[in-house]
Amino acid sequence: MLIAHLDPLASSIFSFMAIVSLLLAFVMLGSRWLNNYLYAFAAESWVIAALSAAVGFYGGYPELYLIAILTALFRGLLLPYLVGRIIGRLNVTREIHEILEPSSSLVAGAFGVIFALTVSYRIGASLGLAGTVAVLALTIMLSMKLIGFLMLAVRHEALSQILGLLVLENGIFLGAQILVPGMPLLIEIVILFDLLVVVACFGVLVRYLVAHVGSTSSLDLNRLVG
Amino acid sequence: MAGALLLAMLVAPLIAALACMVIRSPRIAEKLNFVSSIVVFATAVPLTVLSAQGPHYYLEDYVVIDITGAWVILCTSIVYLLASIYSIGYMRLLDEDEKLWSFYALFSGFALTILVSSVMNNAGLYWIAIELTTLVSTFLVGFERAAESIEAAWKYIIIISAGISLALLGTVLFYWCGSFVLGPTYDMTWDVLRQAAPKMNPALAALSYLLVLVGYGTKVGLAPMHSWLPDAHSESPAPISAMLSGALLNSAMLGIVRYLVIADAAQTGQLARVTLVAFGLISLLVGALFIVRQTGVKRLMAYSSVEHMGVIALGFGIGGPFGVAGALYHMLNHSLNKSLMFFGAGNAMRSFGSKEIKNIHNMWGRFPVQGALWLAGAAAITGAPPFGLFLSELVILRAGFERGYEWAVYAMVVLLIVIFIGFLNHFRAMYFNAGEPSTPPVKAVSSWCVAPMWLALVPLVVFGVWWPQSLWNHFMTASHVLSVVSP
Repeated sequence: MLIAHLDPLASSIFSFMAIVSLLLAFVMLGSRWLNNYLYAFAAESWVIAALSAAVGFYGGYPELYLIAILTALFRGLLLPYLVGRIIGRLNVTREIHEILEPSSSLVAGAFGVIFALTVSYRIGASLGLAGTVAVLALTIMLSMKLIGFLMLAVRHEALSQILGLLVLENGIFLGAQILVPGMPLLIEIVILFDLLVVVACFGVLVRYLVAHVGSTSSLDLNRLVG
Repeated sequence: MAGALLLAMLVAPLIAALACMVIRSPRIAEKLNFVSSIVVFATAVPLTVLSAQGPHYYLEDYVVIDITGAWVILCTSIVYLLASIYSIGYMRLLDEDEKLWSFYALFSGFALTILVSSVMNNAGLYWIAIELTTLVSTFLVGFERAAESIEAAWKYIIIISAGISLALLGTVLFYWCGSFVLGPTYDMTWDVLRQAAPKMNPALAALSYLLVLVGYGTKVGLAPMHSWLPDAHSESPAPISAMLSGALLNSAMLGIVRYLVIADAAQTGQLARVTLVAFGLISLLVGALFIVRQTGVKRLMAYSSVEHMGVIALGFGIGGPFGVAGALYHMLNHSLNKSLMFFGAGNAMRSFGSKEIKNIHNMWGRFPVQGALWLAGAAAITGAPPFGLFLSELVILRAGFERGYEWAVYAMVVLLIVIFIGFLNHFRAMYFNAGEPSTPPVKAVSSWCVAPMWLALVPLVVFGVWWPQSLWNHFMTASHVLSVVSP
C-alpha cells in the first residue's frame, strides 16, 4: 500500500497539489466570468496531471505517466478548447442568473469542505490512517464533489453546468491517483475518452438548446413540470 | 454454446446499427432493427435457461453471464422486440422519413449498450457501459426536436451524469476497500469484490455502497433522484419510452443488486437493506402523489415507472427467497406491462393529437379493441388480479412479513391502494367522458401499433394465473446465488 509508507517529501508534495486543486475549485465557485472558470478548470487538470506523474514517480507505477500525459492533453487542453469554442460561439461571457452571490457560494462551499473533512476523518480513523495523506485525499475528493454539486445547483448557464460536471469528475481523478494508484489502466483511459464523448454530446445539445429553446439558461427550461 | 449465443446476441444489434448508418433507407432500417430484435430475443431465452447452471465467463473474466444478469437481458430482449414491432407503425406516423435511419441506428445501439452493461463482470466497465446507455439514449429522447424534447434531453443528460459520477466515486472507493485485502492492483470483478468483502472496513464499505446506491439509483429513477424520469419518458417517442422504462431502468437496478450483495458480505449490518427499502418507499410515495394529480398521459405512465422501480427496490431490499423471487418476477411483468401502457399512450396521443388526459375522450366507444387492451393493461399495472403484477407484489408483501419489515409492508399496501384509485380514475375520465363535439377528427393507427399490445397482454394474463414451477425454481437459484456469502 503506497500511502502507508510514504516518505515525508512525497507526502507533502501530494498534499500541496491536492490543496492547490481544491483552491482552484474555489476559484471556479467564486468567479462570475465563464472564461475564468474555464482557465481555473484547465489549471486544475494540469495540477492533477502533475500529481499523477508524481504518484507514478514515488510509488513506482510507470503507467501513471501515461495517465498524466493523457490527463494533460484531454482535460488540460482539448476539453477547455472545446468548451471555449462553445463559449465563443454562444456569446455568453458571464453567468447572468445567480441564485447565490459568489461570496455566499464560497461560504457554502467552505461548509461542504468541513462536512467532507468530518466524514473522511472518521473513515481515516477507522482505517488506522489518521493524519496521513489519505485523509486529505478523501476530504478533497468528497469536497470537490460537493462543490461541483453546488455549482450545478446555483448556476444556470448550460456551460456552467458542463463545467460543474467536469469538476465533479476532477475530484474523483485526483483522489483516485493518491488512494488507488494501481487501479487498472484500461478503466482510467476509457474514462478519459468517455469524457470527450460527453463534451461532444453537450456541444450538440447546446446548439439545439439555442435553436429550439432560444436560450442556454436552465431557468428557461420550465415547460415540463409536475 | 452460451458463448456463441452471447456473441450472436451482441453482434445482431451492432450489425443493424452499422447497416442503418450505411444504407440510410427508412424502410430497410426498420426491418434491420426488427430482425436484430428477433435475434436478440431468440438468443436471450436459451441464455436465461443456461444461466441457471452457473455463471459462464468469457474474455478473461471481463464478460459474465450469471443468473441475475441473464434475467435482465431477457426483460430487455422482450421490450426490444415489442418496441421494434411498435416503432414500425408508430415512427411512420411522425412524417420524418429522412431522419428515420438515424433513429433506428440509435435504437439498436441503445439496445446493444443495455445488453452490454448486463454482461459486464468488472465494476468499472459496468459504469462505463451505463454511461454509454445515457449518451446514446439522450439523442433518442431529443429525437423529435420540439423545445420540450430538447429540454427533456438536457435535463436527462445533466442529472444522470451528475448522479452517475457519484457511482464512479463509489466504485473507486470500493476499489480502495478491496486494496486493503487484495493489494494495490487487482481485477475488480463482482466475485473478487464479494470474496474480499468480509475483510473490508465496514465504515468505508458503507460509505462506498451509499454513494453507489444514490448514483445508480438516479439512473433507476428512485425518488428523490427521479426528477429526470417523467420528462425523458414523456417527451421521447413512445417506443423509446418503453425501452427506457422496461429495459434501461432494470439494467441500472442490476448494478444496485450486485453492490447490495457485496455490502451484505461486508458486514455493514442492516444499513444497506434498510436504505434500499427506504428509497423504495419514498419512490412509491412520490409516485402516488404525482399520479393522483397528473395531467399528461405519458407522465402518468412515467410516474408509474417510479412507483414500480420502488416496488422492485423493496423486493431486493427485503431480500430472502420471496423478496428476490418477487422482485425478479416483478421486473419481467413490469417490462411487459409498461411496454403495453406506453404503446397505448402513444396510440391515444396520435389518435387525439394531444398529450393531455383531458383531451382524450370516449376511448371505449372509438377504439373498442385497442381501448380494451389498454384498459386491461391499466388494471394490471395498478396490481389488480388476475395479472402478473398482482402475484409479484403479493410475494414481495409476504417476504416483508417474513423478514421483519412489517412497517414497510403496511406503508406499501396503503400507497398501492392510493395509486390504484388515482391511476384508474384517470382512465375512467378517458374512457367514459363523452368528448365535446368540437374535438379534432380522430385518426386510427395501423395494426403494427396494436399487435405488440396483444403480445404484451397475453403473457401478463398467463403469468397472473399460472406461475410455472420451473420459473419458481429459477428464482430460487437466483436468490441462493444472491444470498450465499462465498468463503
